[in-house]
Amino acid sequence: MPMHELSLTQSVVEICEQNAGGRRVLSVTLELGELSGIVPDSVEFCFEACTKGTLLEGARLIITRVAPKGLCRECGNEFPVSAYYDSCPNCGGFTVELMRGEEMRVKELEVE
Amino acid sequence: MCTTCGCGPEEHHHDHGDGHLHHDHEHPHGTGEVKGATKISIETDILARNNRLAAGNRALFASRGVFVLNLVSSPGSGKTTLLEKTLRDLSPTTRSAVIEGDQQTDNDAVRIAATGVPVRQINTGAGCHLDAHMVGHAALEFDLENLDLLLIENVGNLVCPASFDLGEHHKVVVLSVTEGEDKPLKYPQMFHAADVMLLNKTDLLPHLDFDVDKCLETARRVSPGITIFEVSAKTGAGMNDWYDWLTEQISGQ
Repeated sequence: MPMHELSLTQSVVEICEQNAGGRRVLSVTLELGELSGIVPDSVEFCFEACTKGTLLEGARLIITRVAPKGLCRECGNEFPVSAYYDSCPNCGGFTVELMRGEEMRVKELEVE
Repeated sequence: MCTTCGCGPEEHHHDHGDGHLHHDHEHPHGTGEVKGATKISIETDILARNNRLAAGNRALFASRGVFVLNLVSSPGSGKTTLLEKTLRDLSPTTRSAVIEGDQQTDNDAVRIAATGVPVRQINTGAGCHLDAHMVGHAALEFDLENLDLLLIENVGNLVCPASFDLGEHHKVVVLSVTEGEDKPLKYPQMFHAADVMLLNKTDLLPHLDFDVDKCLETARRVSPGITIFEVSAKTGAGMNDWYDWLTEQISGQ
């Protein structure tokens, strides 16, 4: 399956197993920024295959999206961003620092 | 889907253990159902392992004084031809090595080997990108002490390799003029991650409607401060500026 979500989902399983202390995992919460380059549907698709035979088998997958926010380096304006090439709505500048929206994080586990 | 436990209409992922039949959905999925459940806060980056290995690679390259580039592009942008030309032209003064990433075949590695430069092929199989683990192992097969420049040709793909740090100094995105000037807008994550862009196959411009200025402007919108070289690996046009940049970067290691 040529998509990076497969290896990322495998990493999720590894991280969870390391933290579960041998207990069965009931749910996993991921935080994915909208500019992280991860497609949540693909992660969900891979999750079942990747969790088979692990402590996560049958666990519920909860995905929280993080809306991107930018900081204009030119005028200091903070604003919601929808793409990397967005310009500052205040001054039109393109040197925008992304403050959030690229997260790909395992946030929380629920274990038995 | 049951929003309380996440089970689908046909199956149930876990045993409730309270003896009720599933999917009458009149049961309260309350505290009784998850009795003894413990929440564990993790807050770990999904790429943590790759990033840790990439940091290890970076430290290794720094300790040996090797300048490392991760070349990314769509398939057919001319990366391998560009590498062949660069390696041949720099060979008198620069000690180089190449890591080739492809899903299958060692065709590119054979082409690079013909230049006389040491090369290692990584076949990712179904994988769509190189990761820091693969590169760390491949790099150890070179005599790093006697190397100035390591060029990593990533799998041809403008999506997946963007997320994976290999321990390189810079990502270099190669875009050919046959691809259309809006590529930076279509694949912004990759262009955003790149510090350098090589606009290749400029010898074909007279035959195309490609708008160079528009392309460069969009690249700079997505990645402010990106260093851009307009080159033709075939004719050699513009390659000297690229070589000057490489030489300057290598001497800084």
